[in-house]
Amino acid sequence: MGESGLVRRVLVANRGEIAIRVIRACRDLGISPVAVYSEADRDALHVSLADDAIEIGPAHATKSYLLPDAIVDAARNCGAEAVHPGYGFLSEDPRLPSACEQAGITFVGPPADVMAAVGDKVQARAAAIAAGVPVVPGSDGRVQSAEHAHEVAETIGFPVMLKAAAGGGGRGIRVVETADGLDDAYRTAANEAAAAFGDGGLFIEKRLLRPRHVEVQVLADSHGNVIHLGERDCSVQRRKQKLIEEAPAPGLDLAIRQQLCQGAADFARGVGYRGAGTCEFLVDRDGNVCFIEMNARIQVEHGITELVTGVDLVAEQLRIASALTLDIEQSDVRLDGAAIEFRVNAEDPDNNFMPSPGAVTDWHVPGGPGVRIDTGFENGSVVQPYYDSLVAKLMVWGRDRPQALARARRALDEFQIDGITTTLGLHRRLLEWDALVDGQVDTEALERRLEAQPA
Amino acid sequence: MADEDVIRSQLPGIFYRRPDPDSDPFAEVGDEIQAGSVVGLVEVMKQFHEVTADSAGTIASFEVDNEQVVSPGDVVARLESTG
Repeated sequence: MGESGLVRRVLVANRGEIAIRVIRACRDLGISPVAVYSEADRDALHVSLADDAIEIGPAHATKSYLLPDAIVDAARNCGAEAVHPGYGFLSEDPRLPSACEQAGITFVGPPADVMAAVGDKVQARAAAIAAGVPVVPGSDGRVQSAEHAHEVAETIGFPVMLKAAAGGGGRGIRVVETADGLDDAYRTAANEAAAAFGDGGLFIEKRLLRPRHVEVQVLADSHGNVIHLGERDCSVQRRKQKLIEEAPAPGLDLAIRQQLCQGAADFARGVGYRGAGTCEFLVDRDGNVCFIEMNARIQVEHGITELVTGVDLVAEQLRIASALTLDIEQSDVRLDGAAIEFRVNAEDPDNNFMPSPGAVTDWHVPGGPGVRIDTGFENGSVVQPYYDSLVAKLMVWGRDRPQALARARRALDEFQIDGITTTLGLHRRLLEWDALVDGQVDTEALERRLEAQPA
Repeated sequence: MADEDVIRSQLPGIFYRRPDPDSDPFAEVGDEIQAGSVVGLVEVMKQFHEVTADSAGTIASFEVDNEQVVSPGDVVARLESTG
């Protein structure tokens, strides 16, 4: 530890914009950041911004960014006291905090056992119930048979979803509209789950109609302090992938907002959480609220919470990992204005969102009041085929939502990326979409719109 | 060589001969395949896309190794036309 009580050197176990985000937080705190990179990322921007950089393997992430031992070896070799995982890659893999602990290196995030507990759907659901957080009505744990499935479904009401206990990321889910279809669906889903995941176990959840995705940011230090930093609405999705997020959630009932925020803090406290985390909920049109899961890491869309709260979430992560107490109390958290994020992905919206890696030949980022860009690229950068398609996060802030939307239109008009195809044009068109402008988007609305009028 | 005698990748990415590491290859040299048959996958930005044959034939050779990087239009396999 340095005089400030902070770790002195941090290995940033990630790439792209989030690696740079962590490097910047380190700089602000006087911490020395060290980058890692694969063979494909030797010329990447995050490498040049760090104090030191260590090559950890071939281009494919399974041979570099996804190897806990390679990360811990790199941390040891550069004298890092802590490892920041970013998001994606190993950020929710308990093997990394375990390997760090064995090596005597601090992991910036929750302990391995807490990470494993919140990552297990059945355990997380039990923890939510224990904390008094509403969950999606359904079977508590696995259903034992088709007859059992019928009993549960009659109790909670159709439509229901059969979900593979070992599934994830939207895979292994089957919607059942009526009791007539349940037997067939049960048999097929169990067989598919056994084939895909080696585990035919299923559970049942009620299918909410046209819900919004609302999530709450929490921070928990190692001294028992837990606070929330308000919510984000991430309902603009395609195939469960978020495209646009905003804070606060537009038009959300005040009582529901309080219920979600309190629930997220209670859940975090109940599982012994440490670090920055996000509790995700579905909210349907009748105001029913259901906990989905907790993400035990910093999220892509954390920046919009930073814009409306003024709190540097990544800096808080580093403070918490250094065993310092939170900088702020719950009563210090004030929400100011509205912030919206647009994920600029290297994908072609006119061609079924086909990935579009390649060299960026012209790159002009917008600026001006209320505009923040987090990106790992610049003019001449190559967007690699090996990694995810996120090229830049455009975040806008306004004193109110209409101003944020106006600034978003201005910023998207200025933003220019040539050489690859991106979602920039789609975002600009979505800013003329009544449902978005009015804050009425549910998680299926974008897919309905794309079907009705292709991008 | 005319285009019906080759199978190209439409996308840039990493070419795989197998659906997953524990499975058999989609196709081997000498296999007879139909138009639309899958001969490999290309992984690009965490998505997998099938590489398919445009016409029937017998696979004469693979021009790209498993896990090798391909560019759009790269020939991944050559066919001997049947008939």
